[in-house]
Amino acid sequence: MLLTVSDKPDARVAVAWVEYVMRDVNDGWLIRYMHSTGASMFFVVVYLHMCRGLMYGSYRKPRELVWIIGMAIYLCLMGEAFMGYLLPWGQMSYWGAQVIISLFDAISPPLALWIRGDFVVSDATLNRFFAFHVIALPLVLVGLVLVHIIALHEVGSNNPDGVEIKKHKDPVTHKPLDGINFHPYYTLKDLVGVSVFLGIFSAVVFFAPEMGGYFLEANNFIPADPMKTPPHIAPVWYFTPFYAILRAIPQKQLGVIAMGAAVLIFLALPWLDRGLVKSIRYRGTLYKTAFGMFITAFLILGYMGTQDPNLWYVNPTSQVCTVIYFAFFLLMPIYTRLDKSRQAPDRVTS
Amino acid sequence: MKQYSRLMKLLATFGAIGALGIALHVAPAMAHEELVLDHAPIVEGDKASLQRGAKAFANYCQNCHSAQYLRYSRLTDIGLSEEEIKSNLMFSSEKIGDTMTVALEKADAKAWFGNPPPDLSVEARVRGADWLYSYLRGFYKDSSRPTGWNNTVYHNVGMPHVLYELQGVQEMVGEEGAKSLKIVHPGKLSEAEYNQFTADLVNYLVWMAEPAKATRIQIGVLAIFFCVIAFFITLALKKEFWKDIH
Repeated sequence: MLLTVSDKPDARVAVAWVEYVMRDVNDGWLIRYMHSTGASMFFVVVYLHMCRGLMYGSYRKPRELVWIIGMAIYLCLMGEAFMGYLLPWGQMSYWGAQVIISLFDAISPPLALWIRGDFVVSDATLNRFFAFHVIALPLVLVGLVLVHIIALHEVGSNNPDGVEIKKHKDPVTHKPLDGINFHPYYTLKDLVGVSVFLGIFSAVVFFAPEMGGYFLEANNFIPADPMKTPPHIAPVWYFTPFYAILRAIPQKQLGVIAMGAAVLIFLALPWLDRGLVKSIRYRGTLYKTAFGMFITAFLILGYMGTQDPNLWYVNPTSQVCTVIYFAFFLLMPIYTRLDKSRQAPDRVTS
Repeated sequence: MKQYSRLMKLLATFGAIGALGIALHVAPAMAHEELVLDHAPIVEGDKASLQRGAKAFANYCQNCHSAQYLRYSRLTDIGLSEEEIKSNLMFSSEKIGDTMTVALEKADAKAWFGNPPPDLSVEARVRGADWLYSYLRGFYKDSSRPTGWNNTVYHNVGMPHVLYELQGVQEMVGEEGAKSLKIVHPGKLSEAEYNQFTADLVNYLVWMAEPAKATRIQIGVLAIFFCVIAFFITLALKKEFWKDIH
């Protein structure tokens, strides 16, 4: 909101606006760095949250709906980030958007035209992305977060032991025997987490707002120029795992499909997992190995997505990791069934 | 105890991934030759150096390169008074609140140099200090170029060597594969003086790219301090309330 007060979604002045905020608006630099760092940190937190969900089987019955709504939030966030990234109208903004929208071209050219509102990324695109970024998608996001929490309330939180806290209730008060109140226990515990997070966040905002070119890219300080393609186009770090998958596949249409599948396959998790227990604590070696390989492949893909595809090792490595990535999901019904898990506790133990 | 071994496993995994990352990062650097930049000897926040740089910028750069996002009045941040700015640095505009524009028309510039000279407001954030420092010292005579100049850092650059009176004229000498620059006609400044001159100019360009940087770091120290205190207070509070749980 603070940023939009002085914003102008116009291709001729978008860059000037960013520098105006950075220089002439009181503490504008702080607001801008909080916004740019906030975008990346939002993804850091979401990825950690998803990773935790994976480890402790939080997508498993009875929480399928919570997981699916969570994925909808993730998709919405991707759109929000992508559209917001065009707004500073730097070289990377422009060419990043050009590349991503051209993916729709590979599927259906009229669709790409409809998204852009023009034959190339232009002022029309900037205007509509601005509208989506500041109003439409934030509203959807807030709504989805609300639904995510309501759905969670219905089934209760998961925990690293996988104990269903709503299974055993006090016969008189109907309070879960294995649960504790959110307040003051979790409000206070989360305050500790908030302090740590704000510490890290401040360290980035105040001492490394560019984060070595990963949060703010050097190329994006050059105003967008439709006549000059940068030698190497890469999205911001939070999209690079999927970008690496796209590039790993030599045929563009198949690449787009693989990239889309890589994101959407998370939705199928509740039905792919056939294990007897939820949490990684009680799973056997098979699942632990698969999980470790998946996380490693995901991180390597993320790194490869930032690298120049002409380097000899980038594409072969990405291809191997893409296979591991999909194998984790597609072979899941097999290895989770074969896996030798230990008996998970029914109640909280001391 | 068990929890600690789990933690160690996690740390080992991250360590292994990090090592792999570093290995991959080093491999390409060794595989193909990369441009070696000289380290720019600048001291950020050194006001004397910044003022010399501002003077150099106004005298040598601002004929063609604008800094359209910087207002003249902002130069008070590097210790100049408004009077000093007006009488020494403002050649083309009247008001102290004006931004540093140039009279050069973009269309003319394109016809003359092939490309209009870029605005330099945030150039230091695009290129980095070392690049700029090497670039400004890397011009050499090349008769095959329209301007008569080429550059070691930015090959076939459209910009002529506007500082040759100061640096002198350099030529590329030596055998193929072991070429180096040599000053064939000395300029007004010695090599050490010219290095200092460019360092001041680069320092100024770096400052200009983010004038709020000093304030940012200042507030940052306070912010981190606040977060550390908040962490210990909230941790103590959490421990106190959770005492009766386990």
